[in-house]
Amino acid sequence: MATEYETSADYIQHHLTNLTYGRFPEGHWGFAHGQEDINAMGFWAINVDTMFWSLSLGLVFLAIFSWAAKKAKPGVPGGLQNFCEYAVEFVENNVAQVFGTRPNPIIGPLSLTILVWVFLMNLMDLVPVDWIPHAAALAGIPYMKVVSTTDPNATLGMSISVFLLVLYYNFKIKGPIAFGKALVTHPVPHWSMYWFNFILEMVDMLAKPLSHGLRLFGNLYAGEMIFILIALLPFYAQWLLSLPWAIFHILIICLQAFVFMILTIVYLTQAHETEEH
Amino acid sequence: MNINLTILGQAISFAFFVLFCMKYVWPPLTSILRERREAIIEGLEKAAQAEKELEKANDAAGQELEQAKKQSAELISQARSRASQLEEEAKDRAKEEAARIIAGAQGQIDQEVSRAREELRAKVGALAVQGAEKILGAAVDRSAHENMLKKLAEEL
Repeated sequence: MATEYETSADYIQHHLTNLTYGRFPEGHWGFAHGQEDINAMGFWAINVDTMFWSLSLGLVFLAIFSWAAKKAKPGVPGGLQNFCEYAVEFVENNVAQVFGTRPNPIIGPLSLTILVWVFLMNLMDLVPVDWIPHAAALAGIPYMKVVSTTDPNATLGMSISVFLLVLYYNFKIKGPIAFGKALVTHPVPHWSMYWFNFILEMVDMLAKPLSHGLRLFGNLYAGEMIFILIALLPFYAQWLLSLPWAIFHILIICLQAFVFMILTIVYLTQAHETEEH
Repeated sequence: MNINLTILGQAISFAFFVLFCMKYVWPPLTSILRERREAIIEGLEKAAQAEKELEKANDAAGQELEQAKKQSAELISQARSRASQLEEEAKDRAKEEAARIIAGAQGQIDQEVSRAREELRAKVGALAVQGAEKILGAAVDRSAHENMLKKLAEEL
């Protein structure tokens, strides 16, 4: 496949470029033709491929699970319904273990959405790297990045949403005064060091959504990168590396979806903890 | 790799998905799971109860059987003793009957014997008188020797 490109670097570059629709510096809107255009567009652009795949997979998730929810009966479940119920039970158990039994209407569905959605987006990584981009190229679409979680916009979009929820619960549960106090009285509980504590707490707080989102992005980006590099080998040797890596990657995509969910639960749990520690 | 509007789009779709999940997916599925868990617990409890009841019924059946066995043994031994009692009674009755028959026969024999003796006595008396008449050559006065004759006859 790599033969269509002038150099390996071109091939890699192509596979790491999003299909971007945005505003050119001259003021008109359109699809970017290459990395320079994307850089020029800056913030006022949208990665169409990321949005398309993440929305499609999200809708797949909702379709499957709402079908299961509609069909669910207390009798013996079968097949897909069993899988959905298993996923729900798995999430419920994890929430119960970390978050406890505090009544909260959002943490369960939030965790389930993250687990399944992130898993589905990661799963696209197991589709051979060239199939969909090549098909898209034949259809006249120049760029197509299939794995949404290799786009930091996707992972940071989720982690920042979680962060906003954490802030909301901090205000709601602890109250603005206690929350503000907690920001300045740790770790050195002396008034002369409040400014120092505040800086530390701010770094700590802002590091959470960043590491949360970038962890998922980094893992999947690296995995995708290795698939791309393997695809540069001669076609008869690719399976030697791509098969073991794909098998190993099955573990990574599950694990990263799980880690993203567990971290979400942990952050929300911290937001609910009112006692001093 | 650039941060752009996608981040907002992603956050918005994320929020939409979570809300949908909160409304249409999570509550029905968790409530179904809870219901099923309760149904299973109930079923297990019922099974345990049924097992206990079965055990109880088995115990009762065993006891009943034991009692029946005891009763039948008792009946058999009763019947046996009754049979031997009847046998004894029959034996006794037979003995009594035999004794009665023997006694009857004995009485008849005695009667015959005494009759024969009477006859014999009468004949002996007559013979003695005849003999004496012959010896004496004269008639013996019966009435004069009545007492002597009687004594003689009694000695026989």
